[in-house]
Amino acid sequence: MSNNQKYKWCTYKRDPKSFLLFLSVCLAAFFTMLGLFLIIGYILIKGIPNLTPELFAAKYTSENVSLLPALINTLLITLLSLLFAVPVGIGAAVYLTEYAGKGNKLVSIIGITTETLSGIPSIVYGLFGSLFFVKYLHLGLSLLSGALTLSIMILPLIMRTTEEALRSVPESYREGSFGLGSGKLRTVFSIVLPCAVPGILSGVILGVGRIIGESAALIFTAGTVAEIADNLFSSARTLSVHMYAISGEGIYMNQTYATAVVLLLVVILINGLSGFMAKRIGGKHANG
Amino acid sequence: MNHIKEKTMQSLFFLTACISIAAVILICIFLFVNGIPAIREIGIFNFLFGTKWKPANHLYGIFPMIVGSLYVTAGALIFGVPIGILTAVFMARFCPKRLYNILKFSIHLMAGIPSVVYGFFGLVVLVPFVREIFGGRGMSVLTASILLGLMILPTIISISEASIRAVPESYYEGGLALGASHEKSVFYTVLPAAKRGIFAGVVLGLGRAIGETMAVMMVAGNQAVIPGNILSGVRTLTTNIVLEMGYSTDLHREALIGTAVVLFVFILIINLSLSLFRRKVN
Repeated sequence: MSNNQKYKWCTYKRDPKSFLLFLSVCLAAFFTMLGLFLIIGYILIKGIPNLTPELFAAKYTSENVSLLPALINTLLITLLSLLFAVPVGIGAAVYLTEYAGKGNKLVSIIGITTETLSGIPSIVYGLFGSLFFVKYLHLGLSLLSGALTLSIMILPLIMRTTEEALRSVPESYREGSFGLGSGKLRTVFSIVLPCAVPGILSGVILGVGRIIGESAALIFTAGTVAEIADNLFSSARTLSVHMYAISGEGIYMNQTYATAVVLLLVVILINGLSGFMAKRIGGKHANG
Repeated sequence: MNHIKEKTMQSLFFLTACISIAAVILICIFLFVNGIPAIREIGIFNFLFGTKWKPANHLYGIFPMIVGSLYVTAGALIFGVPIGILTAVFMARFCPKRLYNILKFSIHLMAGIPSVVYGFFGLVVLVPFVREIFGGRGMSVLTASILLGLMILPTIISISEASIRAVPESYYEGGLALGASHEKSVFYTVLPAAKRGIFAGVVLGLGRAIGETMAVMMVAGNQAVIPGNILSGVRTLTTNIVLEMGYSTDLHREALIGTAVVLFVFILIINLSLSLFRRKVN
């Protein structure tokens, strides 16, 4: 090994350009990691000492700046958005993979629209939500408006991951099921979908990550009320919106750091989960 | 009975598949119906190329914001693209296996960090940093560019890495066989072969940079004038909407929706050219 390295250094001496390329690649990777570690390190170091019990008080007041209501609202809005987006996303993916024929014109149109949807900036979603759900459908600044807006936002993500998961189910499984006499519907629900569950779940987890991080789309749809939502039609801020709101006021710096820590921990947890899911899918493929 | 069940479920699946189409149509209709009349009232030329945005005086020119968005996005690409592509090369061709898993996890994590957290980091770290080193008030084109460059890294890295990995091994081996070093075969045979995928990644990063709102708002200063140099404050199309939407009324409000229409059209052009480009490749 050391011989090998010595040899490498010798060639670098004769070939400085290769060395420069090698160096630039290593430096770039170093800078990327540096950026991430700076953000996470800085937030954790500044924020963890500020994680006081008052921040988790059941009720928000301008003195305790409690983040618990926002955390609970985040949970509510996430569940609600998934409730809309997951069935629709899975249904659409099932149609695209199992029912639509190969040369189907609709499939390519749906492909273009999902691509468009996934490229639309969140502020445009927010504006659309406030024009359509809040004003036109008279849902007001509410949990429901926010969740509906977010569900459109994560729909393309769920559709794409589910589609990939369904396509990776071997054709022979379907043929086996047909051969045993079951219809198309039964094949889809008892053979194809169960096999695709890990893939679908990893898409859902990614969607959850996006919902938790979202702020621009929620300010004008779900509003910024800092209390736990009583019902679907009450305005409520999620954790990201909460962090934005208190960071703007300038007098809650310590609390903002602490809120950022909680937000980061949630994101890290979700990433760990999706990594775990991805590993399980990979393992399954290796075995099968 | 069974037949009816099959048919109903098939139509149900079909309907869910159409929802994404319906969503795009609804978004288009609601943005255009609410935004176009205002643009017409202000005058399309005055709206797009007017250099004064003063809602109190009924001056609605969004040219400073268009320029601001372009500056900040270009800046983000200047920082993000070289580092992103080189990191992708490192991950695909230079990285030891153990380090790779850490890097991969970090890139995923970077993509998952909420933009408010990026923005807050920019506000408390980057803004003072730029102020100390370069002078000025710290909230500037430069600050926003650095922050956005960081934010688009994961998009560029993961797509570039995938396309570098998709290049057949024989290209690399051919390079080695001709006597090139490891580095040179990667850079002169593998990388050019992956350039289409890398380009797609860069365009997606560009879309992300143009659409980013909260993080930019927290570090860019938000003055609605064309920035004189990279240390002056800047307002982008996206931040213009968030900043004033809360209290705007009547024509002002519609002008903000018009801003969103312009942004939306930008994004549509980027998306369409990307999908045309992909189709041509296939």
